[in-house]
Amino acid sequence: MAAEPIRFTIDDVEITALEGQSIIEACDAAGIYIPRLCHHPELEPSGNCRVCTCKVNGRNSATCVTPAAHGMSIENNTKELNDDRRMIIEMLFVEGNHPCPYCVASGNCELQALGYRLGMQAPKEVYQWPDRGIDATHPDIYLDHDRCILCSRCIRASRMEDGKTVFGFSGRGITMRLNIDATGGLGETQMAAIDKAARVCPVACIVIKRDSYRVPNGQRRFDLAPIGSDIEARRKQVKS
Amino acid sequence: MMAALAGVPDAPKPTLATCSLTGCFGCHMSLLDIDERLLELVDLVDLDRSPFDDKKTFDRLVDVGFIEGGCSNEYNVAELRDFRKNCRILVSVGACAINGGVPAMRNSISLRDCLESVYLNGASLDGPGMIPNDPDLPLLLDRVYPSHEIVRIDYFLPGCPPSGDAMWEGLKALLTGEEPELPYQLCKYE
Amino acid sequence: MREAKSSDSRNSDQYHWKRVTRPHRHLTTATEVKRVIDLFGGDRSRLLDIAEAVQHRFGSISDEAVKALADGLGMHAVEVEDMVSFYAFLDREPRGRFRVRLSKTPISLMKGAGDVARAFESALAISIGSTTPDGKFTLEWTSDIGMADQEPAALINRMVLTELTPADVPDIIASLRHRSNKGDEPPFPLHPVDGSMLPKAVVKPSLVKAGPLLSGPLGRDDGLRAALSMEPGEVVAVITASKLRGRGGAGFPTGMKWRLTAKAVGSDHYVVCNADEGEPGTFKDRVLLSEFPDLVIDGMTVAGYALGAKHGLIYLRGEYAYLWDMLQDVLANRRSAGLLGTNILGRKGFDFDIRIQLGAGAYICGEESSLLESLEGKRGTPRDRPPFPTERGYLHQPTAIDNVETFACAARILAQGAAWFSGLGTAESTGTKLMSVAGDCSRPGVYEVPFGITVNELLDMVGAPDAAFVQIGGPSGQSVAPKDFGRRIAYEDLSTGGSTMIFGPTRDILDIALQFAAFFVDESCGWCAPCRVGTTLLKQGMEKIVAGRATLDDLKATEALGHTVARMSRCGLGQMAPNPILSTMRNFPELYEARLSPEPFSPRVSLEDALRAAVLIQGRASVPEEA
Repeated sequence: MAAEPIRFTIDDVEITALEGQSIIEACDAAGIYIPRLCHHPELEPSGNCRVCTCKVNGRNSATCVTPAAHGMSIENNTKELNDDRRMIIEMLFVEGNHPCPYCVASGNCELQALGYRLGMQAPKEVYQWPDRGIDATHPDIYLDHDRCILCSRCIRASRMEDGKTVFGFSGRGITMRLNIDATGGLGETQMAAIDKAARVCPVACIVIKRDSYRVPNGQRRFDLAPIGSDIEARRKQVKS
Repeated sequence: MMAALAGVPDAPKPTLATCSLTGCFGCHMSLLDIDERLLELVDLVDLDRSPFDDKKTFDRLVDVGFIEGGCSNEYNVAELRDFRKNCRILVSVGACAINGGVPAMRNSISLRDCLESVYLNGASLDGPGMIPNDPDLPLLLDRVYPSHEIVRIDYFLPGCPPSGDAMWEGLKALLTGEEPELPYQLCKYE
Repeated sequence: MREAKSSDSRNSDQYHWKRVTRPHRHLTTATEVKRVIDLFGGDRSRLLDIAEAVQHRFGSISDEAVKALADGLGMHAVEVEDMVSFYAFLDREPRGRFRVRLSKTPISLMKGAGDVARAFESALAISIGSTTPDGKFTLEWTSDIGMADQEPAALINRMVLTELTPADVPDIIASLRHRSNKGDEPPFPLHPVDGSMLPKAVVKPSLVKAGPLLSGPLGRDDGLRAALSMEPGEVVAVITASKLRGRGGAGFPTGMKWRLTAKAVGSDHYVVCNADEGEPGTFKDRVLLSEFPDLVIDGMTVAGYALGAKHGLIYLRGEYAYLWDMLQDVLANRRSAGLLGTNILGRKGFDFDIRIQLGAGAYICGEESSLLESLEGKRGTPRDRPPFPTERGYLHQPTAIDNVETFACAARILAQGAAWFSGLGTAESTGTKLMSVAGDCSRPGVYEVPFGITVNELLDMVGAPDAAFVQIGGPSGQSVAPKDFGRRIAYEDLSTGGSTMIFGPTRDILDIALQFAAFFVDESCGWCAPCRVGTTLLKQGMEKIVAGRATLDDLKATEALGHTVARMSRCGLGQMAPNPILSTMRNFPELYEARLSPEPFSPRVSLEDALRAAVLIQGRASVPEEA
């Protein structure tokens, strides 16, 4: 009764996927890294950032929300796609305020790490300098809205994993913001520092207080190896 | 694309100019932080207008200009434009030149609020306070601008500051006609 | 008599706005909100209706109302706000009792909307975007309201005013002030139908030229009666044989859509009519809904029969709320005539009824998957596909979403036969197309033309001998230059939903492209990064170009950014948003060249502008730069 295996190729490598897997999940398992930002392996995909866009059968599709299908032919690591991905990273850098030198997430930040991996030396788009404010009302967590990249990870984690629905969006377009389930700040919500939602922020929008410099700069996750190296290390295992 | 600037024997050495606009001189310090390679640097390049040699004006076209710091006032803009006019290759060096850096923290506050909160309503003020307005003081821009929003910039050397190694690799590449592409370990925005 | 309403379409469309706008001053916000929620059976998928009702009872949706909505619907406040804050016609802050929304489009501005706006500003002594101190009037711009052939137009609450001139403004305001003094009025009337006392509160008929689709005897149930003489599968086969394609512009074969929906497994099947006609410059669906509503609903009922659907929904854009009462009357009449409801036309087991969902000011909801989200009472964010709506649409059930015009075609195809239809137009684009034509032409309006007509032929028909360019398909379509006026309106050539904006030789094409770029900034849903940020950066790039400050490098950067946004965006909005810029760059390169800055580099902000605040604060001039 075993279903036909799902086989597809990505950059000419053949991959086998399980029924129900998205392209990015199948590739992760096989040790092929597709750059991504809003996707988190433990959360439902949401397709916000579009960084994981690949050319699937000749057509651009975000691979976090595209089911793997038999016979697909996918381009991933091409100049055009990486240029477009880098442009999205640049857009996010200028949309918010992302001051790496004095940001607590530097070295652990996935936005920054993608900038490094995709070869961004400096964003050249026009800085927007938003002023969305900081929410420090919670005893253990602060929110810096200017650093939010609207990836929706915390929204998904809070709703699906924590069962709290602390976060949502408000507004639309360039004025869209991360919103919280209280009028008086995060301190009025059920949010706790041990929540999944507090641990999935790819940047430094949601930061646990008094916890930022356990690991010094220079020895952090992406100081040691480029983002995606962990996934690519699997490929070596898969091959051998 | 770029002709090699160094390496031809007996040819005049390529020239380097540097300046610190609204920055902390950390990038300049980092340029000195290349240890014994300083000796090599001296062989490779002639220093022109720079805080290092206290030369304050241009009197010839310089090959490479290093800009540290963003533009927060009209003097910064004038100096940056002067560098653009007199440097063949202009490099934005460090976080402040690239995105305004720490001084750009004021960019989400209006200039008036910023000045008033410091000079009129500051907690440490003794007495009524006043906004300094000496004619010698340059007027402030409405925000701190990265250098590439003021003049054309040819290359970016990120970091706060870029490490001595990054400075060395970047400069060496420029002087030898290579594209200054930093390896992963040296490309840092922090 | 306040019976609980379920979301069942058969009951809910009897619900009338007036019932919730009747003031109950003695009741608290929470009690009133609860009452509204009960009217909709506590169904959170009806949140859009519920929020609209609350808005029109209180004038805005306050924190207290958000909390009451959340409590009453078993939701979190942040979820309510997520939805409410998305729609332009829902407010979190109190605004004026009369909302004057002036349509801002290139065409309205060409026809004098700027002067009308200034007349309102001076008569009300406020600037655009603000509210009078007495809380009576709020003045603002809004995106195209579907009146391109009778601009300048405006919405005042849900009334439509057309062909405005500055001279009309004092009378309009006097009349509204007079109304607002009557004590027994609801404070925030939804659509006071007696707006007839206002000058210019009239939408004139827009159909200029009817073709085979819209002429001849049109019985209100011709399509349905023909359909009932066949098996449902045969109905789908007839539609397939006619080669009918979606009239919204994308051109998906309707027969295939219906077949996929019919065969998809689900507890219910739905037929949705996309009447969110938001593409600037188009108004043909308004013509169909106001002048041929029975034809559209006949087509929907045919689809209901063919797909085995019991429920139909019309998603009517908020700007067309003035059609609400009329459409409800049409539905009621059809129910009494046995054309809707149970055992339709005596056919045992054929039950089908239609509910109208009013939108709330969001262009993106014309995108079919956003429309579904909105129908379910959520923010109008597009869905990723697959799954497609045919498989999992409204409430996760198989759903066929078709344009208003597509349903009108379907009804006529059943009545007249597939061969009649496929004999019209071209091989790949059968039938006729309703074109909404406006701008610099002597006879604006809706024209029914056969597919395959050239742009030149259309321009002759509408009286536009000196068009400098034609925007076909709205801002998300293409800017067509005179050298391409020989091209044809057809899916295989210029594919369009019908919006046709004509611009004469005196118009500034680049400024129009900038206005379109600004439109996409306002209407981007914000979900995906490339569209959310990219539309803003594109607008800023275009501003620099129009101001004559852009260099060749700037131009190249804007073009490259446009391509990235088009390639990487999640839905059609972002994929099309760069079109006005990219297609004018392609078709009018000389205009861009002429506008280039002679400098090798030009900052976006001039030094003078950057110093303006300091000069003001310090009271001294900038030191001139030494050479």
